[in-house]
Amino acid sequence: MRAPRLWTPLREDKAGVVFLLLLAAMAIGVPVLNQGVPPSSPLHLSTYTLTLAGKYLCYAMLALAVDLVWGYCGILTLGHAAFFALGGYAMGMYLMRQIGPRGVYGNPVLPDFMVFLNWQKLPWFWLGFDRFWFALVMMALVPAALAFVFGWLAFRSRVTGVYLSIMTQALTYALMLAFFRNDMGFGGNNGFTDFKDILGFDLHQDSTRVVLLVVTTAALAASYLASRMIVCSRAGRVIRAIRDAESRTRFLGYRVESYKLWVFVFSSVVAGIAGALYVPQVGIINPSEFAPINSIEVVIWVAVGGRGTLVGAAAGAFLVNYAKTFLTGALPEVWLYALGALFVLVTLFLPRGLMGLVSRPWRSRRAGEASPSTWTRQPQLGVSAVIKAK
Amino acid sequence: MANRRSPLWLLAGLVLLFPALAEPQDEGFQATVVELREASFPDKERIVERLAEGGHPSARPVLAAWLDDRLYVRQSDQKILIVKSTDESLASLELVDPVSQKDAGSAGRDDLVKIGTNNHLRRQLKIALGRFDLSSPDPAVRLGAVREMLRALDEPSIALMRKRIGLEKDAAVKGEIETGLALAALDGSDPKGRLEGIAALAQKIRPDVRNRLASLLEKSTDGTFTESDAEVRKAAAAAVRTIDQKRAVYSGVETLFFGLSLGSVLVLVAIGLAITFGVMGVINMAHGELMMLGAYTTYVVQLAMPNHIGASVLIAIPAAFLVAGAAGVLLERTIIRFLYGRPLETLLATFGVSLVLQQLVRSIFSANNRAVETPAWMSGTLQLNDALSITYNRLYIIVFTMLVFAILVIVLKRTRLGLDIRAVAQNRAMARAMGVRSQWVDAMTFGLGSGIAGVAGVALSQLTNVGPNLGQSYIIDSFMVVVFGGVGNLWGTLIGGMAMGIVNKLLEPYAGAVLGKILVLVALILFIQRRPRGLFPQVGRAAEAQ
Repeated sequence: MRAPRLWTPLREDKAGVVFLLLLAAMAIGVPVLNQGVPPSSPLHLSTYTLTLAGKYLCYAMLALAVDLVWGYCGILTLGHAAFFALGGYAMGMYLMRQIGPRGVYGNPVLPDFMVFLNWQKLPWFWLGFDRFWFALVMMALVPAALAFVFGWLAFRSRVTGVYLSIMTQALTYALMLAFFRNDMGFGGNNGFTDFKDILGFDLHQDSTRVVLLVVTTAALAASYLASRMIVCSRAGRVIRAIRDAESRTRFLGYRVESYKLWVFVFSSVVAGIAGALYVPQVGIINPSEFAPINSIEVVIWVAVGGRGTLVGAAAGAFLVNYAKTFLTGALPEVWLYALGALFVLVTLFLPRGLMGLVSRPWRSRRAGEASPSTWTRQPQLGVSAVIKAK
Repeated sequence: MANRRSPLWLLAGLVLLFPALAEPQDEGFQATVVELREASFPDKERIVERLAEGGHPSARPVLAAWLDDRLYVRQSDQKILIVKSTDESLASLELVDPVSQKDAGSAGRDDLVKIGTNNHLRRQLKIALGRFDLSSPDPAVRLGAVREMLRALDEPSIALMRKRIGLEKDAAVKGEIETGLALAALDGSDPKGRLEGIAALAQKIRPDVRNRLASLLEKSTDGTFTESDAEVRKAAAAAVRTIDQKRAVYSGVETLFFGLSLGSVLVLVAIGLAITFGVMGVINMAHGELMMLGAYTTYVVQLAMPNHIGASVLIAIPAAFLVAGAAGVLLERTIIRFLYGRPLETLLATFGVSLVLQQLVRSIFSANNRAVETPAWMSGTLQLNDALSITYNRLYIIVFTMLVFAILVIVLKRTRLGLDIRAVAQNRAMARAMGVRSQWVDAMTFGLGSGIAGVAGVALSQLTNVGPNLGQSYIIDSFMVVVFGGVGNLWGTLIGGMAMGIVNKLLEPYAGAVLGKILVLVALILFIQRRPRGLFPQVGRAAEAQ
């Protein structure tokens, strides 16, 4: 197979083109509606909506990352929010250093919570975070390093299926407990907040937020294109083969562990960048981002949209989060019922998600593309095989 | 005691029997009490002496009331009275006559002036009370009195203890008195007496005794030893070592016990999962919420029988089993049976169910924690010795877990249902061919596992807050226990849970509770890499199929 070029993955991907066009429209429309239209006009986009849109875009990136490992590689990760939060913390550390002497205690070097805890000097792992490029590297490197170590250990010893899911959940749970500790040097349960500016631009200005939103849109589009390239490449086929029949792929001579590991690491980097873009827009990061339920929620976004479709994952993130924003505002007590019912109904009746409903007509024409319908019926991995063999 | 010899004590005995005969003594007592009105602190100290020496039956209650700040002067008639309770919420204070100890009506707060005390007087009152209690017929009262004296040893109490030791029959009280006298001997001028004191104290394990002995080894500011005799210092050092060793052993036993009780909780919350996950292969993320249902069942049972808290917990156990078991059967019939062989989908669907159940109890019982009462027979401590005490609720949780585990093993190994469950788990097709109704067995297995989750919930209601998040906080732990022990292996769950509990408690003193937990989690993640099938992996064809 030829090396894929930028347009190759998009040639047969109508949904992807639509998705990218929508993102482009957003990148142009939102700044115009927010900055160009006067606040009195009904067409004006409020700061609240602007922030909300930015949040959804970050979630969509996270969903994309989860879809890549779950939908294409069959690794159900219940800990991806950990990578998201780590990226967020890296950005948060940069933003905290940017506050400088404007903090409540006015210490030019130490963030407020360190002064409060009577720390005398900056811990070693905070060094360098006053430089943006360093933070930029760290927000990708830290999640990648964690994913590499975890994945290297787990995939090499062939921990699969539900065992892996439970391990990822334990990982994010352990990280949550760790970040809740004040001694960790990450602000304890308050985390980081009260950011002032990024690269010298005031974070409270709409114009800064608009730029952040455009950057996020671009990042989402880039992640989509990169994921799509991976999926359409030769490696992408191997990855899907691993999902559908791991042992068979191994027997065919592919190094299953390496493929899984690199997809996992790439996905963690996407999640980390999403988290890093999330923090300046919502203005806070704290250990509750590591909560296991967050990771599971991401999985349901992907399941609703349709796993193994990339576009579906992003769309699912938008839809479920819009429903969440709407319901927690209008009918707070209904939200958990709705989310719970969504989990049950989607798994029972919509195994291919919303994209499964939409895409059937023009996807069925393409026999070459591995259709998810062939593998959703197959038992996955782990205990199911044990039970069947019994 | 002295009452066999002294006619005064005989008189006191008569006074107790025939209050009417005691009038002349009452007058003297009354007069002494009345003096309190205008007494200065030195005067008051003398009055305490006189009251204590006088031997009037009401002397002890008066002194006790005084120590509790319940002795007052009524302004209107300048009478001295005891107040029953000084609770802030009471509008008027109930009064007791100090001489006759009978009710004397009530008075407003403004009408009463407290008879004050200072620190010195308080100590004197405590000693006077200790003297009364030391001659009490109740060994528990005597023990309390000696302990009180040990807190601040002084000449009068040492004299009192010396008098008492020859008469004392109760071993515990005698032991405490010996401690006291040995401690007193350390202050003596004779090195031999001090050595004897040390020899006696070396048998004790109380921290204050240890500290007192250790203080013999200290140097004062000018560089000389506070204890001049080298022989005594050597003996004291040896005694401190002995005590430290003993205490280390007991604290090890205590850590082990804490670990076992934490492990029991882990086993209890994981054991239902060991059935649904281990035997059936169903990832039930709603397991924690089934425990929550059990805990709320306990709450409802207590609401229904508020006057029988002790029995309510026992009734709640079968009730919680039925409620959670029924919920489990319903869950299996409506959702899980469509998802067999798709564990990842089951995981998601049951997670959805867990959210619905959480919100359900939020809607019914509100989002706040509910107070579940602990029955009297479960609270309190079992004091084994001075260094080791065991709380009853921890003890009961270990016993309860063992009981539940034993019953579960019996059900699985000795009953028809257990046979069916094992048959279906081993070979579904063959079991069906033999006439086992596999669907019914699925529902019953799931119900059994869920019911045990409910029973675990009853136990948890006695240990933690009963709220909508109760289940969430245990779900990861319980999965870790099952995976650690080896899926499909009940004994693995037992040993895995206990091991996790003990390791957690061993780490706690060094790392703190949270870091200890993190370390255990990380260790488990690493352990699973080494042994992906847990401590006790399944063997045979079932395991090879992976």
